[in-house]
Amino acid sequence: MINASLKTLSLALASKKISSVELTQLFLDRIERLNPTLNAFVTVDAEKSLNFARAADARIAAGNAGLLTGIPIAQKDIFCAEGWLTTCGSKMLANFVSPYDATVIRKMHSEAGMVSLGKTNMDEFAMGSSNETSFFGPVRNPWDTERVPGGSSGGSAAAVAARLAPAATGTDTGGSIRQPAALCNLTGLKPTYGVVSRYGMIAFASSLDQGGPMAASAEDCALLLNTMVGFDERDSTSLERPAEDYTLNLEKPLNGLRIGLPKEFFGEGCDAGVMAAVRAAIAEYEKLGATTVEVSLPNSHLSVPAYYVIAPAEASSNLSRFDGVRYGFRAEDYGNLDDMYMKSRAQGFGAEVKRRIMIGAYVLSHGYYDAYYLQAQRIRRLIANDFVEAFKVCDVIMGPTSPSTAFKLGEKAADPVQMYLSDIYTIAVNLAGLPGMSVPCGFAGGLPVGLQLIGNYFAEAQLLNAAHRYQLATDWHQQRPGGLA
Amino acid sequence: MTQWEVVIGIETHAQLATVSKIFSGASTAFGAEPNTQACAVDLALPGVLPVLNKKAVECAMRFGLAIGAEVAAKSVFARKNYFYPDLPKGYQISQMDLPVVVGGEIPVMVGQGDKAYEKVVHLTRAHLEEDAGKSLHEDFHGKSGIDLNRAGTPLLEIVTEPDMRSSDEAVAYAKALHALVQWIGICDGNMQEGSFRCDANVSVRPKGQVEFGTRREIKNLNSFRFLKEAIDFEVQWQINEIEEGRKIQQATVLFDPDNGETRVMRTKEDAHDYRYFPDPDLLPLIISADWLARVKGELPELPTQKRERFISELGLSTYDATTLTASQEMADYFESTVTIAGKANAKPCANWVMVDLTARLNKEGKELADSPVSAAQLAGLIQRIADNTISNNIAKKVFEVLWNGEGATADEVIDKQGLKQITDSGAIESLVDEVLAANPGNVAEFKAGKEKAFNALVGQVMKAAKGKANPQQVNDLLRLKLSA
Repeated sequence: MINASLKTLSLALASKKISSVELTQLFLDRIERLNPTLNAFVTVDAEKSLNFARAADARIAAGNAGLLTGIPIAQKDIFCAEGWLTTCGSKMLANFVSPYDATVIRKMHSEAGMVSLGKTNMDEFAMGSSNETSFFGPVRNPWDTERVPGGSSGGSAAAVAARLAPAATGTDTGGSIRQPAALCNLTGLKPTYGVVSRYGMIAFASSLDQGGPMAASAEDCALLLNTMVGFDERDSTSLERPAEDYTLNLEKPLNGLRIGLPKEFFGEGCDAGVMAAVRAAIAEYEKLGATTVEVSLPNSHLSVPAYYVIAPAEASSNLSRFDGVRYGFRAEDYGNLDDMYMKSRAQGFGAEVKRRIMIGAYVLSHGYYDAYYLQAQRIRRLIANDFVEAFKVCDVIMGPTSPSTAFKLGEKAADPVQMYLSDIYTIAVNLAGLPGMSVPCGFAGGLPVGLQLIGNYFAEAQLLNAAHRYQLATDWHQQRPGGLA
Repeated sequence: MTQWEVVIGIETHAQLATVSKIFSGASTAFGAEPNTQACAVDLALPGVLPVLNKKAVECAMRFGLAIGAEVAAKSVFARKNYFYPDLPKGYQISQMDLPVVVGGEIPVMVGQGDKAYEKVVHLTRAHLEEDAGKSLHEDFHGKSGIDLNRAGTPLLEIVTEPDMRSSDEAVAYAKALHALVQWIGICDGNMQEGSFRCDANVSVRPKGQVEFGTRREIKNLNSFRFLKEAIDFEVQWQINEIEEGRKIQQATVLFDPDNGETRVMRTKEDAHDYRYFPDPDLLPLIISADWLARVKGELPELPTQKRERFISELGLSTYDATTLTASQEMADYFESTVTIAGKANAKPCANWVMVDLTARLNKEGKELADSPVSAAQLAGLIQRIADNTISNNIAKKVFEVLWNGEGATADEVIDKQGLKQITDSGAIESLVDEVLAANPGNVAEFKAGKEKAFNALVGQVMKAAKGKANPQQVNDLLRLKLSA
């Protein structure tokens, strides 16, 4: 059961081979045993989880269960969940118990009847690519506990990879679902901006943030995506569009699928082992009936600089609400109001968050706004246009998710620019608002490699189909880390 | 000595009369217990998002339409970033580069009677934004309390060009704007509760100089009296400073009504850098032609339209028409009066409403809505003047009776008190004969060329008639008899 797909679990629950309470307990036990090593979860509340499980069992017994009713899931600690500590990986919110559910959480709990196992560790306010910026300490990669799991959804990735949970939620602002999925051998999907509600998802960079599923396979992601999407009147950037069943076209053959290979993704800057695995995966796709075409994303080299203007700008404003006045951390001793603000924020935020707040405040300040913020917005449009051009000749763009496999804890922690370059292939997708996936495609030096699939707007079903057919033909995604049993 | 010219621009925050807040579903009702009308969005809990209230947008649209402004097809909400405990998000959602209303003008009548003149005040823009909460400094023993009930209340910030040249013009504009926002139903106008508050940007320059002087902004004036007092003080202060050789520093000042003075709150040096940028949580506000047309269709007849109609249809002067459209109550009262009294009596109706009725109301400190004399009663009175049943003087007596509630209609009062004018020429002739016979001295004086003596004789006849004789007939008959 620990390694079972969501479909298998769903059938087992429906046929009463196992109850949700039993299944939940199975994972809770595993969390208890392995989490001290991995630090994937920051909050576990067995009684709360078991209450969800009991409710799910009642729904199953009453015959009004959905496909995912009773299935446990790990929630990235960026999603507000009523009655749960919701920390966003920060000292600032270490004591914050949310009084409300994020839309994604509400859908999973109330509509789907899923069972939250707990809240997963993450880079502080989702700012990081290694999970080392968390106030609650780094998460360790189940494939090599001396290495990082990627970030910012590193806790979710490690939890699913080590099978502390069958699946997890993540969020992706510049690669935070795809990069940890790649580094932990998972399938992760960042949907088109606006498809998944951001309500209750603590904002890092509002115009880039998007929630999505992290699981063992494309099929699991499709099932989860079905419950996560939908127009939300509480999120003005949420899109109103007809409902879609993402599992419907999973099996469709890939004959005639045109794969675009951006020459900028196949040049220098990527580890040879990663590149070899990615090329082998593309060869596999050709065997499955796909054709390849070289495309160009001429402005992709500008995506990291543009991102590190836009994301910090939005973050500097989004994080202003953490001021010690109404909730969260407040410094102990302060002389006056300004002193309280300064001490609370100086002590409540970690170094990376403060760095980005300062960058953001700088690029928005009088006299610099045009040169930085507006210029970055112009670049953002150029990058989006590059994709529009590319999708004129292909259906899906492929390349590496991350330029390297999981790196060692502390290896890049002192060099923010090196850390930022971990997201060099993923960031452009957020700037353009496109859907992107990472799919396990092999190993380099014993560590997982992820293949990135980028689709046109709302092409999630097509991405999932391409990933699923590949996973029917390969078993990379079924590989599990050893030494954790 | 230098002649100084005053330059004033006004920014007004009008609280919009919506049921819920501009970006959340919480109630906007005034006076609730602290923090009972602040939901998760107003408290800026982690993860919450703003959703624009369409009703607030429609208020802005109504305003734009009412002042002949451009209602922008696309406007953008921006974040104004600064830290303050009553600003929960650490930024205010406002509009910066692309406001919802651009341009427009409001004609106002400045001064009274013969000295009155019309002034057209041009508007720069009006934009939507959210209000902040309140900091409460009393009752907390060295600490501050925060009440977030007002946080997120929709505001329309209305900004004029620096068009006004005196505190009287500024007050006339503020009053006209105050009447207009109530007229079109977008603001309750309650100044005590802070629903309508003005900031005045004031500068002075030597007459004839083209460039503006350095301005100081007087914040949060919540009565017309304070607006006038604050500007008058500020103008005099600025002139004194300059004449004594000091330069005016750009500053934001507060007016203290207790001592009638302004004092500096902050100078340009410590002005915030608000780091405005488009709010990524809100899409640009798109107003379609259809939506605008629908809102336009729902607007009542506007003061300017009514004013033009009063001039063209009823033949009123610009002054009368402007005065009568200064508030909806006044305009409605006047129109009801004219409807009953007849269009031919529009001018006397205007006079009665503007002069007699207004004076009587002012004397008792009453609002038009509380007038003891209804429009129908006043119209009945005016009709009796028009058909010569009573003279203007008698009418004033009848009005007084109606005011005191001692009669239901003018006709009833005239009838009961026997005030009907004597128009029977036979009756008047006999009165004239009696007076001529009784006052030979006056007759002789008149014949010797003293016109004054004639007036004395008219007075005697009117006295004999107890004021009820038709004055014109008395005049005519006397002339006839005296020239015989």
